[in-house]
Amino acid sequence: MEEKRNYTLKIWRQKDANDKGGFVTYPLNDISTDMSFLEMIDVLNEKLIADGQEPVHFDHDCREGICGMCSMVINGKPHGPKDAITTCQLHMRSFDHGVTITVEPWRAKAFPVIRDLVVDRTSFDRIIQAGGYVSVNTGGVPDANEIPIPKKIADDAFDAATCIGCGACVAACKNASAMLFVSAKISQLAMLPQGKVERASRAEDMIAQMDEEGFGACTNTGACSAVCPKEISLEHIARMNREYFTAKFTAKKS
Amino acid sequence: MILDAKVPAGDLADKWKNHKFNVKLVNPANKRKYEVIVVGTGLAGASAAASLAELGYNVKAFCFQDSPRRAHSIAAQGGINAAKNYQNDGDSVFRLFYDTIKGGDYRSREANVYRLAEVSVNIIDQCVAQGVPFAREYGGLLANRSFGGAQVSRTFYARGQTGQQLLLGAYSALSRQINTGKVEMHSRKEMLDLVVVDGQARGIIVRDLVTGEISSHSAHAVILATGGYGNVFYLSTNAMGSNVTAAWRAHKKGAFFANPCYTQIHPTCIPVSGTHQSKLTLMSESLRNDGRVWVPKKEGDTRKPKDIPENERDYYLERKYPSFGNLVPRDVASRNAKYACDEGRGVGSTKLAVYLDFADAIKRDGKDTIAAKYGNLFDMYQQITGENPYETPMRIFPAVHYTMGGLWVDYNLMTSVPGLYALGEANFSDHGANRLGASALMQGLADGYFVVPYTIGDYLARMPYDKIGTDHPAFKEAEHQVKEKISQLLSINGSKTVDQFHRELGLIMWDNCGMSRNAEGLKEAKTKIKSLRDDFWQNVKVLGEAGQMNQSIEKAGRVADFLELGELMIDDALDRNESCGGHFREEYQTEEGEAKRNDEQYSYVAAWEYKGKDQAESLHKEQLEFQNVKLTQRSYK
Repeated sequence: MEEKRNYTLKIWRQKDANDKGGFVTYPLNDISTDMSFLEMIDVLNEKLIADGQEPVHFDHDCREGICGMCSMVINGKPHGPKDAITTCQLHMRSFDHGVTITVEPWRAKAFPVIRDLVVDRTSFDRIIQAGGYVSVNTGGVPDANEIPIPKKIADDAFDAATCIGCGACVAACKNASAMLFVSAKISQLAMLPQGKVERASRAEDMIAQMDEEGFGACTNTGACSAVCPKEISLEHIARMNREYFTAKFTAKKS
Repeated sequence: MILDAKVPAGDLADKWKNHKFNVKLVNPANKRKYEVIVVGTGLAGASAAASLAELGYNVKAFCFQDSPRRAHSIAAQGGINAAKNYQNDGDSVFRLFYDTIKGGDYRSREANVYRLAEVSVNIIDQCVAQGVPFAREYGGLLANRSFGGAQVSRTFYARGQTGQQLLLGAYSALSRQINTGKVEMHSRKEMLDLVVVDGQARGIIVRDLVTGEISSHSAHAVILATGGYGNVFYLSTNAMGSNVTAAWRAHKKGAFFANPCYTQIHPTCIPVSGTHQSKLTLMSESLRNDGRVWVPKKEGDTRKPKDIPENERDYYLERKYPSFGNLVPRDVASRNAKYACDEGRGVGSTKLAVYLDFADAIKRDGKDTIAAKYGNLFDMYQQITGENPYETPMRIFPAVHYTMGGLWVDYNLMTSVPGLYALGEANFSDHGANRLGASALMQGLADGYFVVPYTIGDYLARMPYDKIGTDHPAFKEAEHQVKEKISQLLSINGSKTVDQFHRELGLIMWDNCGMSRNAEGLKEAKTKIKSLRDDFWQNVKVLGEAGQMNQSIEKAGRVADFLELGELMIDDALDRNESCGGHFREEYQTEEGEAKRNDEQYSYVAAWEYKGKDQAESLHKEQLEFQNVKLTQRSYK
């Protein structure tokens, strides 16, 4: 049943990329346990505006866990305390009455803060642009059922393809590594017959771009997979490493 | 002015083939001399931008999100239709065409719908070639399922995330073109005006949402793929950022807005829990394949669902529609849920919900089978409501989901402004008064991959290579107006937040222009919206500065446009003295309470022309002609 609870919020406020930024504390009362976490921030923002203060800026869009836009580190954990969900799917019934909740942006060199909790994740787009696709033009492709794919492989590829590109993996990693994100795409396409043609150049190009963006190295701690709202498995990092080494040792980049 | 839909002559089945042959072509070497702006990067926008760039055009793509991959197409769950007939169950292009026309309650254009059905098969081929992981059978071939309102299995799907997988496919194609330099991508930029020079669309004005900078972009043609306007209701299944601004500003620059009152209310959404509610979550209607909808027979029954015996339950869809049962189309399912609640038989604390019960399906197929089909949806439900749907029935209620209306386009998808195109949900073209399940993804990708790449060439081939410079007075004037509007919003410093206005507008629209409408309510709503709009411009509070990221300015501009659109929706609903599809006028119903069309007087597309601030818009009618289907009363009994 619905209850009302009180909280103390410690939220990161930063006017722009050049501002040093810092935590600001806001008490917030009478929050319904049925509210989503972002609805709780909406309530705070309405109060701030009424008081003549600028609202907390944050990224969000679909509010159903699929667009990958919301991005808050809550009490030190990307997307908050619960597993396998995004910030927007978190509800206030998960927070006890009277607790203090700390909210920060993703923190990584390759994700600079734009304002408050909003960060720039275009580095992810550039990694996909480097090779995260099958090079086919519109039209002139074979009938869909001319490419049979074993169900097991299709399902495994799907598991990798569910990545929403939110960046929680990077935010959780002590090295701000993007290996889980990059491996999900490399792995999806390496498993499927459509993607095999370009597997070598894809692995090389995407990893080169990843390094250029300033993401850190992987030390296999697995924090990325633990916070991933789509539970992308570390297996994909293993497969990416294999793809990469195979490419480096055997293939000639065309 | 007479609206010319430019439908090609000839037999229905040959129109598109002949048209593709008859349109002018731009020779490959000349394509690089043309530039096209694409606004929006959902299924329609991303597929169009990628396909046009592959052909050799220079493309500039814009989205307001931080990445093109975030567009709201990503949230579509159920699937995408295609007339592949892989299941050998009698499907065909004509049957998909027929179902779509009938499902749209005979308020769409035959030729467009036929073309949609025709290219549907190419879409699946294209997506598979891109590596989209559709569901497969053990033999390695593609799986299909049946979907709301269809009696064949023609829906392709990727678990409950079909939209995500299709969008990521289109996003990957777009990314590839960005890499080649053929597409210049601008994310976190919002279109705030269309620039028209000598009657032709020649560019747009955008605001950089990070720096606040206003800039002009010139091109030979402009494509709007900016989605629907469901957020005029405040609460909808749309993403928080989904808005009508690009389409509305284009409307004010001369693009006619068609059938704005056609709104789809989706029957299976999670009910509102309180005033804090910011959006509504859809549960895929595939759930209706196994779930049974019911309410208590008795009014005001407060017992727990498990305490209500079988003979005191009313499975009203199965009772009223024995042949389609729980699978009736969306408008019918939604309206009947409303009736049950209006009769005082709603369930849950708000009494604005009905049950969707899986107990029988779990008994029949086992919990594991149901979990394999709907596990992610059940988890999502539990996450939001705190209730376990394996043990207690889900509570569902209809919510605004899709808008069939949109910018008027001809057969080429060109609006009434030459050089301005509208694709996907942003146009009005294919779904008539009601959209069938798994058709939105189909239309978005059809428009972007397979229609506009052909039709835009016919226009560009007649254009000179020279672009109009952004120093042209038309650009300067438009920039100036955009800046003025922003300073005005910032200078009001009133006492109500943007969200407060938006919420009030949403309630007016939902109560009077939602699942059912009547003339009296509509007239009242019109007055209320007018005064709310006046209040907005005197009393809204928008803080901060223009020259930085300012989410309040973004919202304020969008709500200002919704406040204008809402009134047009009301006008359109008032004009249409009949019921059809999602537009249900209480005055016009059959004895059994079903929508009663008036084909003699209302078989037209209502295309509205903007006439200036505070002027009534003028109505242009495009008569719909049906030569290949017989108009019948839609019956799902």
